[in-house]
Amino acid sequence: MVPWSIEELKRESGARAAAGELLFQLADDDFIMGYRDQEWLGLAPHIEEDVAFGSIGQEEIGHAALYYRLLEELGFGRADDLASLRPAEERRNAVLLEQPNGTGDYLDNPHFDWAWTIVRHYCHDLWEIARLEGLRGSRVTPMREAAEKILGEKRYHRAHQELWMRTMASRNGESRERLASAVAHVGEWAGDLTEWGPARKDLIEWGILPDPDGVKAQFRHQLEAFLTVLDVSVPTIRMPFNGREGQHTKALTKALEHLSEVYRLDPLAQW
Amino acid sequence: MENPTPETIEGLLQAVHDPEIPSVSIVDLGMVGSVEMAGDVLNVSLLPTFVGCPAQRLIEAQVAARLSKALPGYHIGVRFNLTEAWSSTRISEAGRKALRAAGIAPPGRTLDEVACPFCGSANAVLENLFASTSCRSLYYCKQCRNPFEAFKPL
Repeated sequence: MVPWSIEELKRESGARAAAGELLFQLADDDFIMGYRDQEWLGLAPHIEEDVAFGSIGQEEIGHAALYYRLLEELGFGRADDLASLRPAEERRNAVLLEQPNGTGDYLDNPHFDWAWTIVRHYCHDLWEIARLEGLRGSRVTPMREAAEKILGEKRYHRAHQELWMRTMASRNGESRERLASAVAHVGEWAGDLTEWGPARKDLIEWGILPDPDGVKAQFRHQLEAFLTVLDVSVPTIRMPFNGREGQHTKALTKALEHLSEVYRLDPLAQW
Repeated sequence: MENPTPETIEGLLQAVHDPEIPSVSIVDLGMVGSVEMAGDVLNVSLLPTFVGCPAQRLIEAQVAARLSKALPGYHIGVRFNLTEAWSSTRISEAGRKALRAAGIAPPGRTLDEVACPFCGSANAVLENLFASTSCRSLYYCKQCRNPFEAFKPL
C-alpha cells in the first residue's frame, strides 16, 4: 500500500475514523496509566523507586501527549482539550487501567497495592508494545514514526515491571502470594485491554494496523511465557466492561474530575 | 549578506543546553536533526531524546532566541519532530566526555556496558532502570562505592 501522510489519511473519512479510534485507545490508555502512576509519588516502596516510578509516569503522559497531537492533526480537536475535557463515556482506555491503585485515596489514607500496580502496568506495557510493533507495518507514516520512537522507551518500562515481578516471585510466602493474587485480580478486569472496539475491520482494510489478530496473539503468547517462567498461574480473563466502546467505571469519572480540575478553571490559559 | 553555513548554525547552537544536563550542548547530544536554509528562511528540526522530556519547549525557545539574535533578518522556524528517531549513538565524543565530567556515565551499546564516571571501573551494578530523568538509569560502583547515573542506551 502507498504510504500516507496525515493529510492523505484525512482524505479518506473511513480510514481517518479508524485511525482515530486506535489513537484514542493508545492516548487514553497512557493518559490514565500516567495518572495512576503519579498517584504513587511519595508512596512507592523506597525512595529510588519513587523517583523511578515518577519517571515512568512522566513518560506515559508524554506518550499520551504525542498521540493526542496526532489526533489534533487529524482534526479531532485540540490536544489539551482531548486530554482534559472529554467525559468518561467518550474515553477509549481499557477499564483495567482506570481502576484505583488500592483502597483509600492519594490524600486520604492511601493503602495502595504495589503488586497489583506492577502486574497491571506490565500487562499495559506488553499490550502497548504489541500494538506499536503492529504499527510498524502501518501505511500512515507519522503513526509509524511515533510507534518506532515510543517502542524504545516502552521496552524499558516492561523491563522495569519484569524485574519487580521476578523479585516478588523469587521469595516464597507473602511475596509470591501477593504476586499470584495480583495476577488473578488483573485477570478479572483485563478483558477489554486487548479489544479493538468497532475499528478492527477498518484498521486491516485501510492498512492502518494490518494484523490486529497477530498483535493479540503476540500479547497472549508473551504473557503466558513470562508467567510460566515465574511459575504463576495464567489467570482467567474476564471483561466486566468494555472501555473500547466507552463503558467505564466510577473510578474513571473521579480521576477525570481530579486531574482536569485546574485545566477546567480556564481552558484558554497558555501553559 | 551571505547565508550562514550549517557549520555556523551548529556553532551558534553549541550555546544551547538541555537544562537537565547543563554541561552538554544540544549539538553534542545529537538533538539537532536538520538545518534547512532557503532564501531568508531558516528551518531547524530538533529530535527529542525521550518523547515525554519536559525540556522540549524550553529548548525550542532557546534555539529560536539564539538564532534570531545572531541572525537578524532571517525568519527562523524551530520544531521538534520524529521523522528521524534520536538514538544514544548520536551523542558526540565531546558530548560523552562532558557527560562523564558531569558525573553521568555515557551510554554503552547495552545496559551492561557501563563504566563508573568517577573511578572508571566497569565493576558496577544496575540498581534501577529509571533515575532522576527519563534518559538515565541508576548504578552503584562496587569499586569506589559511589552511586552514579548513566545515560540509557536507546
